[in-house]
Amino acid sequence: MCNIIQGFRYIMELVSTTNAGRQIVTVNEARIDAAVALSFKEGMRSQTEAGAKIVVLNLQKVDFVDSSGLGAIVAAMKAMGKERTLALAGLTPTVAKVFKLTRMDSVFPMFQTLDEALSNLT
Amino acid sequence: MTDTLSAHMFDVEFQSGPLAVRQALAQVLDGLKPLSLDVEETGTIELVLAEALNNIVEHAYPEGDPTGAINITCKRGEKGLHFRVTDSGRPMPEEKLPMAVQADVDVDMFDLPEGGFGWFLIQDLAKDVDYAYENGKNILDLRLAVAMGA
Repeated sequence: MCNIIQGFRYIMELVSTTNAGRQIVTVNEARIDAAVALSFKEGMRSQTEAGAKIVVLNLQKVDFVDSSGLGAIVAAMKAMGKERTLALAGLTPTVAKVFKLTRMDSVFPMFQTLDEALSNLT
Repeated sequence: MTDTLSAHMFDVEFQSGPLAVRQALAQVLDGLKPLSLDVEETGTIELVLAEALNNIVEHAYPEGDPTGAINITCKRGEKGLHFRVTDSGRPMPEEKLPMAVQADVDVDMFDLPEGGFGWFLIQDLAKDVDYAYENGKNILDLRLAVAMGA
């Protein structure tokens, strides 16, 4: 039990901005993996609790997502509820592959770039 | 399945822990550098090994159990890269590989799976996935069809 609790508490770096009522949450880290999945989930909860209807998760800087990270992104969407949209933007090829293989690409609105997401989501 | 020409490339050994997997993966990618793999191949290898290692950290050496060593061996052969991952933690349930099922995503949003993708990804991306529990060790073998024709 101690080997996890005694280790440092990893805080994921998420940066939030708004654009015409839409919220953009940018992940300023290269990985959403098992080491940070819980921190990511908590970070997303606090970033999105203000209630913006459309949230775009900008993954441009993320080059690796494992199944724990994928699960955390799904959890973030569920926490927002059905009346709100969590869209994903800027997926790098390796990250896009994880979503495609698990068919989660059919669950999230996905856009190549943040600009594309913002011009399509109103 | 046997690849007689396989030549040893490198070993990575580390103590199980949530952040240790990142360091181990970085060492594996470092060991693969001489092969000049492309981003997609490297990404596939990293994902498959991440899933295998996270599974060991979570289930073979669960919280509350003493931590232990995880060993990764990489060999290169005609049919690609052969990885063997071993640990001395708890065996897989029934000492068998878990079923790898693609999760159903055509469900109500609140029923979407948040886990269980790991073995599906391993089985989907790797070849010749084989598991044995011998002399108190979990032994996972898998092959990635990259850098073929050594």
